[in-house]
Amino acid sequence: MTPSNAFLAALLQRGLQAVIVAVIVGVVSFAMMQALPGDAAYRIAAGRYGYDMMDAAAADAVRAELGLDRPWFAQLVDWLSALAQFDLGRSLVYGTPVIDEISTQLGYSLLLAGGAVLTSLMIAIPIGIAAGLKPGGWLDRLTLAFSVFLRAIPAFALGVVLVLVFAVQLNLFPVAGFRGPEHLVLPSLTLGLGLAAVSNRVVRDAVAQAMASEWQLFSRTKGLSARLTVLRHVVRNAALPVVTYVGVQMAYLIEGVVIVETVFAWPGIGHALVHAIFGRDIAMVQGTALTLGLIYVALNLLVDLACRGIDPRTRTA
Amino acid sequence: MLKLLCVATLAAMLSLPTTARSEAAKAVTVAAPWEVASYDPAVSGFAIQKLQIMENLIDADETGTLRPGLATFWEASQDGLTWTFTLRSGVIFHDGSPFDAASVTSALTRAWKQPGVLSKAPVTGISADDGSVVFTLERPFAALPALLAHATTIIPSQTSFDGEGKPNALIGTGPFKVSAFTPPQSIDMVRNDKYWGTAPTIEKASYLAAGRAETRALLAESGDADIVFTLDPSGYARLKAVDKVTAVAVPIPRVVTLKVNASHPFFADPRARQALSMSINRAGIASAITRFPESAAGQLFPPALNKWHDPELPALTHDIAGAKALLSELGWAAGEDGILVKDGERFSILLRTFPDRPELPLIAAALQDMWKEIGIELEVSVSNYSEIPAGHRDGTLHVALYARNYGLTPDPVGTALQDFGEGGGDWGAMGWENAEVAKALNDVAMTSDDAVRAANIAMVTGILHAELPVIPIVWYQHTVSVAAGLKGVVIDPLQRSYGLSEVYWGK
Repeated sequence: MTPSNAFLAALLQRGLQAVIVAVIVGVVSFAMMQALPGDAAYRIAAGRYGYDMMDAAAADAVRAELGLDRPWFAQLVDWLSALAQFDLGRSLVYGTPVIDEISTQLGYSLLLAGGAVLTSLMIAIPIGIAAGLKPGGWLDRLTLAFSVFLRAIPAFALGVVLVLVFAVQLNLFPVAGFRGPEHLVLPSLTLGLGLAAVSNRVVRDAVAQAMASEWQLFSRTKGLSARLTVLRHVVRNAALPVVTYVGVQMAYLIEGVVIVETVFAWPGIGHALVHAIFGRDIAMVQGTALTLGLIYVALNLLVDLACRGIDPRTRTA
Repeated sequence: MLKLLCVATLAAMLSLPTTARSEAAKAVTVAAPWEVASYDPAVSGFAIQKLQIMENLIDADETGTLRPGLATFWEASQDGLTWTFTLRSGVIFHDGSPFDAASVTSALTRAWKQPGVLSKAPVTGISADDGSVVFTLERPFAALPALLAHATTIIPSQTSFDGEGKPNALIGTGPFKVSAFTPPQSIDMVRNDKYWGTAPTIEKASYLAAGRAETRALLAESGDADIVFTLDPSGYARLKAVDKVTAVAVPIPRVVTLKVNASHPFFADPRARQALSMSINRAGIASAITRFPESAAGQLFPPALNKWHDPELPALTHDIAGAKALLSELGWAAGEDGILVKDGERFSILLRTFPDRPELPLIAAALQDMWKEIGIELEVSVSNYSEIPAGHRDGTLHVALYARNYGLTPDPVGTALQDFGEGGGDWGAMGWENAEVAKALNDVAMTSDDAVRAANIAMVTGILHAELPVIPIVWYQHTVSVAAGLKGVVIDPLQRSYGLSEVYWGK
């Protein structure tokens, strides 16, 4: 198989996977929302009108407006047929098109996630390499202790501490909101530190393993300097598990984004998803879950491609 | 190389700050917990009104006295069945579209057909009539102008709706117009230089919804937000000690109350409800949980509602022995584990409340303790607030704890009528009806004669105090922090406006 054919095959495979994920995520999230206790019309009315204006009459009005008394399969079929036409419907609570909400919020969330991953790599790679070059050294032990400490702090507490130090005391960055790049720093750092706490250890292990390998010794024996050995061979070999791990970190990122977005008043998709679940906004939940599912697929594709680029063996095999 | 990377990382992290931080000293940022995600006045009206983007036909000052808004004059016909509101001339919407009787009629008809205050008024029709809007009623209703001051009756332009009639823009007549809206977190506004009244001093303002109380306190302390609403007790205490801001508490007409299902056999006798009330240590809750000792509710309506608060009423007291005596009069006796038993049935009940107001679950836990002392076993369910009207509707509710706003409209009679009128209300009496109260409230709603109103209100408050269809616990204080240097800030107890059009930066 030529490289370009293999590339197309991977793309096709992931494309098929995307369609399957879309249908399954949509159906499963619909089923889960149906299974929640409580009357959806009451919950939606509560989300819309707030406790000062919400009452049984408002719930009845919502039920009639949205046709919530129709059988569940009719509602699911409606959603699936609309989805086939790339229509995600309107938010049951806010009345705005789901696609509008998601496209705004997803942009903010991706920005935050990107900032977090970038921050984590900027921290994890240098520290991990340094620690991995001398396993068991003082830096290795110190970063291990620090990593455990950071991973153990909830993102919420870490965020508040960072705000107290960098925003309130030092007045370097804003507390919350999203007006400019400076607003991205503290939320990215909050998430990035949590990510780096684990990924620096992954880098360290990969580097330590590479350094202990026979080919490393061979490369030194054939006359490459220590620096060139690390740059040409160790980094490349160690990169594989690290790139794969960054993909896996998506799960932590989604969980972290929900909390960090709330703390920093960031208009992202995680925060919106939680609100949609509380408000029984089925259309929003389905749309958001679908988007996140597809991002997972896309991310897996990117990781595949990156690994293919890093590891020449997969290309010829 | 490692060193280089580390240095580069640090430099990248520290080099971002910024021009935007010091930019636009003329702008004012408001932070509050409430997210704004919809263009629909029925859903987001509370924020659109406070931010002065859209306005009402009728305005109200901080004392609840009505004054002209987009209507300059209003009067009822002799029989009280027709109300005519004369519209202000020379007003245009932010996008230049004309403010006229047609746009007002369309906006108010929409509000009337949707859940909101107008849908509960005895309105039979709304029509446009040469520079004025006419309401027809099925019976006299003196509080109609007060309803037209409510957040759900603000006037959007007709251009705020798409072809299907779905709202898709925030275009009003107010002193501020929207320059950017990022649901659900923020709204940016600029001064409306073509405003019909006095244009604001500040050029720009923005609203930031920050759901967490910790975040809001930090926004206030760092100076990122100039006016911050609803602080938690610890944030309020902390900000009191910060020089850069002033933290204030303003009493508002919101009350934490306990709804009791009077059709439940345990609570049918008023003495049972009195016993529940007497076992509550309101002073304790007010000083330990809400942290304003003076806000223990001695009666339902707080002093902020001066026409409904009766200083002569004896305050509800804390009397454990009295509560126990009342319950034993009703035939309850302590069982083996100390929980009361009557006819083989344990005095075990479920309380429904919700976490949106963080003090409610805490107060519920306190009640659990206090009622245990008189032999009542209480289970607490913290869930969505819609469980309370749902439980009212299907009759499964025992007791519910929530915060009721009697200042929704400048005249609380509409809310009182819903809560204690015929048949009770989702957020008021349940299984309790009193013909005298219902009639008195109807009389208050029909007349604007102050003496008649006062006599009827006194009767209502007296009976509610004795019968306790709902049991008041604490009154609310609205906590706000204001940046030093920001002048002209008026905290509206009715929470209709943030007053941004009046504020300015002093030296």
